[in-house]
Amino acid sequence: MVEINTENYVAEAHKAIANPVLQRALADVQDRFHKATAAAYHTLPEGPALRFKAHQIRMQAIANLDILLETLAANVRYNGGHVFFAEDGKTARDYCLAVARRHRVKLVVKGKSMVTEEIGLNQALADGWIEVAETDLGEYIIQLAGERPFHIIGPAIHKTRNEVGQLFAEKLGIPFTHDPPTLAQAARKILRAKFLQADMGISGCNLACAETGHITTVSNEGNIRLATTLPRVHVAFMGMERIAARLEDHDVLLRLLCRGATAQKLATYISYIGGPRASDQTDGPDEFHLIILDNGRRRILADPEFREILGCIRCAACLNVCPVYGQIGGHAYGFPYSGPVGAVVTPLLVGINRAQHLCLGETLCGACQEACPVDIDIPRMLLALRAKLADGDPLWKVKRANPMEKAIFQIWSGLIRNRRIYELSLRLAAVGQKCLPQRNGMLRRLPPPLHGWTRSRDIKPLAAETFIQRWKKKRRVRGIHP
Amino acid sequence: MPAKQKVTLFVQCLVDGIYPEVGQAMVDIFDKLGIQVLCPPAQTCCGQPAFNSGYRREARIAARRFIAIFEKAEVVVCPSGSCVNMVRNHYAELFRADSQWLPRVDNLAAKTFELTEFLVDVLGVVDLGARYGGRMTYHDSCHLLRGLGVRAQPRKLLQNVSGAQFSEMKDSERCCGFGGGFALKYPDISAAMLEVKVQNIMESGADTVVGCDMGCLMNIQGMLSRQGSAIKTMHVAQIIAG
Repeated sequence: MVEINTENYVAEAHKAIANPVLQRALADVQDRFHKATAAAYHTLPEGPALRFKAHQIRMQAIANLDILLETLAANVRYNGGHVFFAEDGKTARDYCLAVARRHRVKLVVKGKSMVTEEIGLNQALADGWIEVAETDLGEYIIQLAGERPFHIIGPAIHKTRNEVGQLFAEKLGIPFTHDPPTLAQAARKILRAKFLQADMGISGCNLACAETGHITTVSNEGNIRLATTLPRVHVAFMGMERIAARLEDHDVLLRLLCRGATAQKLATYISYIGGPRASDQTDGPDEFHLIILDNGRRRILADPEFREILGCIRCAACLNVCPVYGQIGGHAYGFPYSGPVGAVVTPLLVGINRAQHLCLGETLCGACQEACPVDIDIPRMLLALRAKLADGDPLWKVKRANPMEKAIFQIWSGLIRNRRIYELSLRLAAVGQKCLPQRNGMLRRLPPPLHGWTRSRDIKPLAAETFIQRWKKKRRVRGIHP
Repeated sequence: MPAKQKVTLFVQCLVDGIYPEVGQAMVDIFDKLGIQVLCPPAQTCCGQPAFNSGYRREARIAARRFIAIFEKAEVVVCPSGSCVNMVRNHYAELFRADSQWLPRVDNLAAKTFELTEFLVDVLGVVDLGARYGGRMTYHDSCHLLRGLGVRAQPRKLLQNVSGAQFSEMKDSERCCGFGGGFALKYPDISAAMLEVKVQNIMESGADTVVGCDMGCLMNIQGMLSRQGSAIKTMHVAQIIAG
């Protein structure tokens, strides 16, 4: 149902690199959020080490997921809400559509939700003749443009105000302007009317709490609060991993989530939602449905090597520091989850072979883990995914990705086993390199499969003598055994 | 007074094959300090290229050989944070299910050091009386910085070099785009990252970019050379040996 374009990683990356407007937007976002988030961790009363505590909290919740989810469901039901455990995207979409049909829903207002992007909910609703209005300004912009989120929390950061102005002029019929307040007002006016007309509100869930039986939504525009209180029915989608056991754990994670996402101590609007409007309350929906989505997460949970990625709270702090994301942007990842977290979670959700570029096309620099509010070891899992691609893996149904490369490393492992043969191969290469074009003592072109290197840089040739050879010679001169 | 009197050199393969002068600079540094230098001539590679590409069987072949060669050493010193990170942090992952090799890994990991952390943290040396006539900037290599936590040590050593000026570049901690096989498999993404790094180096006003890992420096040098820049790339050992 949802489009998967992970195979186009390289082509899409090239497009982004060649687009100077995009490059500037990415540099701006990273410059702004990278340092601000690091500083925000340092102003925590508990200090930046709270990240390690949060890691423990997340891992404990993941280890007890079955009990926590049952507790959450029981509490939500007690408060009059409905809970549905959806095994996959289709089951989740069908449930939501069935609720919509039962209530004769014509218009849905939505708060930003990555999990609904993951399952292609908007398309399913549209196919069911239900109008969907995204109400987060960034998400509204990309909905009008027919695009995918470019960033997990800033879906339209790649759009300039000129582009948004043109888009609004074309799709909303307003006179062209590139003045941000005027554009925001135009969207606000249209969305206000939608909020009032809508029969159903759909939201994601940033975090749930088992003990209290509530879900939490976080926004800076207030749109989620409107979307979840005004319409008659509220349907919330949550990934099955987004849960804390106790309110005190929830509190720690929420504070870190806001810092990781936008370097705020707390976002402007935080809502705790425990069910439909109670009889003594004036606001809120008549019906509340919580859809808890598996869609491949149980398989991740079952593998101790990758379980840690379920600790992710989708704050996007890793996107704001990743030097690869900083060049290629969000669309290259070919699935709603981009950046370092996308590089791990997308292969696990859509297939490791299919999304191989995502985990191979990273430098393992580790900036993501350092920025992560819950200290997830993303580089470790990138390496583990690469190991599956290198030799295949029956459990994850992975085929060996590159038999040629395997052969090269097998030969390499033979060469490095014997210094004499290793030395000889270096000598042969040193002779061979004399045929290559040189300038100022640097090689200008390397032969395949190394030729990519010299497309935009030179390389120093092999030395006439290795260090070890020099060393041995010197020792011999001095009469010392090496 | 140095705590250790004998060091064993773990010569990174890039130093061995392409930049032997960096190995020589290490030897000069220890000569200056009166520390005896050993260098097992059988060494080849620690296995990192295979490990990073996912070929763990091949990486284990290299690692077992490496351990056998170095495990008797008093202390092992290497001019690359990334190689030390492999031995110290990744060997345990490679042999996590191997009770025979794991103790040997732990033993070696505990006595393997990157050059600047060994000089500053173990020997307590921050000034080698070196001179350098130029303005330097320092690039933080990812695995040295995030894997080993080495940030201040090379800077301390560089700040004590007489005759030289030092200026930090913007985002010195941002990856240069090398990533080993990454630079060959995704050369254009790698080059785009490198362009940012080179730009920051140029804007720092330095005439020499200094680092602790020839992987990054080879990458940076490659683009500086292609762009016809006069900025030099030097390993920290070459600066402080002089």
